[in-house]
Amino acid sequence: MNSQPSVHGSIQRRLVVLLLIGAAVLAVLLYFVVQSIARQIAQESQDNILSASAISILDSASVQNGEITIDLPYAAFSMLGTVADERIYYSISMGEDFLSGYEDLPGPPGSRGSDNVFYSTHFRGEDVRIASTRRIVSIGPVSQVLEVSVAQTLDGQRETLSRISRIALAVGASFFLLTALFATIVARSTTKPLHRLAESVARRGPKDLRPVAAPVPSEMAPLVSSLNSFMDRLQNSLVQSEEFIAEAAHRVRTPLAVVRTRAEITLRRVEKAENRAAVREMIRAIDESSRSAGQMLDHAMVTFRADHLVKEPVDLAAIVKDTVERLQPLSELRDVDLRVAGLEPAEIQGDPILIQNALRNLLDNAIKYSKTDGWAEVSLVRDAGRAVVIVKDNGPGFPPDPAKRLVGRYSRGENVTGTVGSGLGLTIVDEVARAHNGALHYGNSEEGGACVKLSFPFS
Amino acid sequence: MRFLLIEDNAQLGKAIVDRLSLDGHVVDHADSLSAAWDHCAITDYDLILLDIMLPDGDGRTFLAEHRNLENGTPIIVLTARSEVSDRVGVLDLGADDYVVKPFDFSEFEARCRAVLRRRGGAARNLIKRGDLTFDSLAGTLHIGSVEVQLRTRELRLFEIFIGAPGQIFSKPKLVDRLFSFDEEVTENAIEVYVARLRKHLANSNATITTVRGMGYKLEFT
Repeated sequence: MNSQPSVHGSIQRRLVVLLLIGAAVLAVLLYFVVQSIARQIAQESQDNILSASAISILDSASVQNGEITIDLPYAAFSMLGTVADERIYYSISMGEDFLSGYEDLPGPPGSRGSDNVFYSTHFRGEDVRIASTRRIVSIGPVSQVLEVSVAQTLDGQRETLSRISRIALAVGASFFLLTALFATIVARSTTKPLHRLAESVARRGPKDLRPVAAPVPSEMAPLVSSLNSFMDRLQNSLVQSEEFIAEAAHRVRTPLAVVRTRAEITLRRVEKAENRAAVREMIRAIDESSRSAGQMLDHAMVTFRADHLVKEPVDLAAIVKDTVERLQPLSELRDVDLRVAGLEPAEIQGDPILIQNALRNLLDNAIKYSKTDGWAEVSLVRDAGRAVVIVKDNGPGFPPDPAKRLVGRYSRGENVTGTVGSGLGLTIVDEVARAHNGALHYGNSEEGGACVKLSFPFS
Repeated sequence: MRFLLIEDNAQLGKAIVDRLSLDGHVVDHADSLSAAWDHCAITDYDLILLDIMLPDGDGRTFLAEHRNLENGTPIIVLTARSEVSDRVGVLDLGADDYVVKPFDFSEFEARCRAVLRRRGGAARNLIKRGDLTFDSLAGTLHIGSVEVQLRTRELRLFEIFIGAPGQIFSKPKLVDRLFSFDEEVTENAIEVYVARLRKHLANSNATITTVRGMGYKLEFT
């Protein structure tokens, strides 16, 4: 019956995978963002310096005697040197005339919109960044455009960028690893209440259908409430089916009683041996069915009460006496001397109805299996912290072979096939004993009859 | 004995009346609580047999009300419910005993005797024949003034014979009445009991004679 559920996916794994994907995307994004910001900042700072350098050259230009004089300031190049140790080019031109520097330094692409422009280009086999600035200079009556361009190779900037990229990569990677760890922890702690719930349901006894009362997170409330309502329905249907069985047994008993009574009356009138045998057979069958029904109901009752054991003080001696008195007519009928050999006072904690039922089954067996003209004897002794009810008879005893088997449901000794029995009697006694932490021992006494000991602990 | 049977199932009521009549009992049948109270008002019964589910009420209310009566008649409950709690319940309400349907009539009679014995039964159960005095309830047999110790089955066998002196009882019929149906017994067992009874009766003027091919009968000399 223990069917495996069909497993599809795992919440914990799904949670981890989703968090990891998120972390990976974020880490990659982080890497690119850091890289692009770094590149931008590096370029801006280079541009600023290049532009400052170009402007300082432009500023140093002066007009003297109608001639333009440019005194290249040392600072114009030293400030560039602070960025990195690399090559610097410049060109100064006025109008269409080239004045100084590298004549082939490329001018700005397209038409320049403002006085200051920055552009990247290729120069002498290297990538360079160029800042170009210009100013109108008046020489006498003529106005000329003085233009200064300063270029710097990009090696230094590249190196800085790649260093920053490495750092960004390391940061991204460690961010990812940290998130992975975090994701695992989160997934575990998220699924923990689920595991706890599963465990608490699994730990329950087979008949424990009480609702789950332990606090659960709000997301699990619908699950738990539907679980509870399911168990409630199950409980109801169990109770209903038990009631139905009891009711069915009850309904059948009255017509059976009619049949049995009529059969007894018929038996008085029938003379022929084979007809008599048939009627006797009929009566025996009725007895057997009614007895089995009764025992099965008793067994269901015992199982139910044993699972929900309510303990109260039980005067064992009084119960033994009462049970013996109840069974006296039955023993009389079979001419079995049912006697009490001695009752020591013993009070235990337990369910009196269960204990009475167990005793009735034991004594019933003793009377049933005792010899004709035989005896059955019950005694109650205190032994090593236990109250022990001992029931003996002088019948054939238990079969020597697997005596253990008789406790199993519907199993009966092989030497008693001539007697009506359901095979549930000792099962019931054993269940009652277990429910009370007691024990059922049975064997044969020295005289050969059965000797059954039912013991209960005092506390 | 005189019984009042309170049972609403007509078939079962009739069957029980017929069955008890076979053993010489007188049975009045009431099929409702009100009819039962009517019967109780007119007649004194030795025992009341009470079904629990009745058309005009629960047998348990009858039990409870009946318990309050002075020298109330003992009641045996006939229940179709075999659950322990139900059985214990009717005893707590004042029933003297219960039997679960369907029941064995010899067990039922044994229970009736036990109940009547507990309640201190009526003296009308005494049977005197010749020099024998038999009290079927107490289960004692006197020859003259000497009590004879008989085992239960010997007593029951003797009760059958003394109930109808001179009548022939076949072995199978005696088996039916002496043993319950779940016992495997042979007719030899009857011979054993008859032999024992003869021994006990040796000093009396009663003898059990064998009628060849027919059975046994009790005769007084």
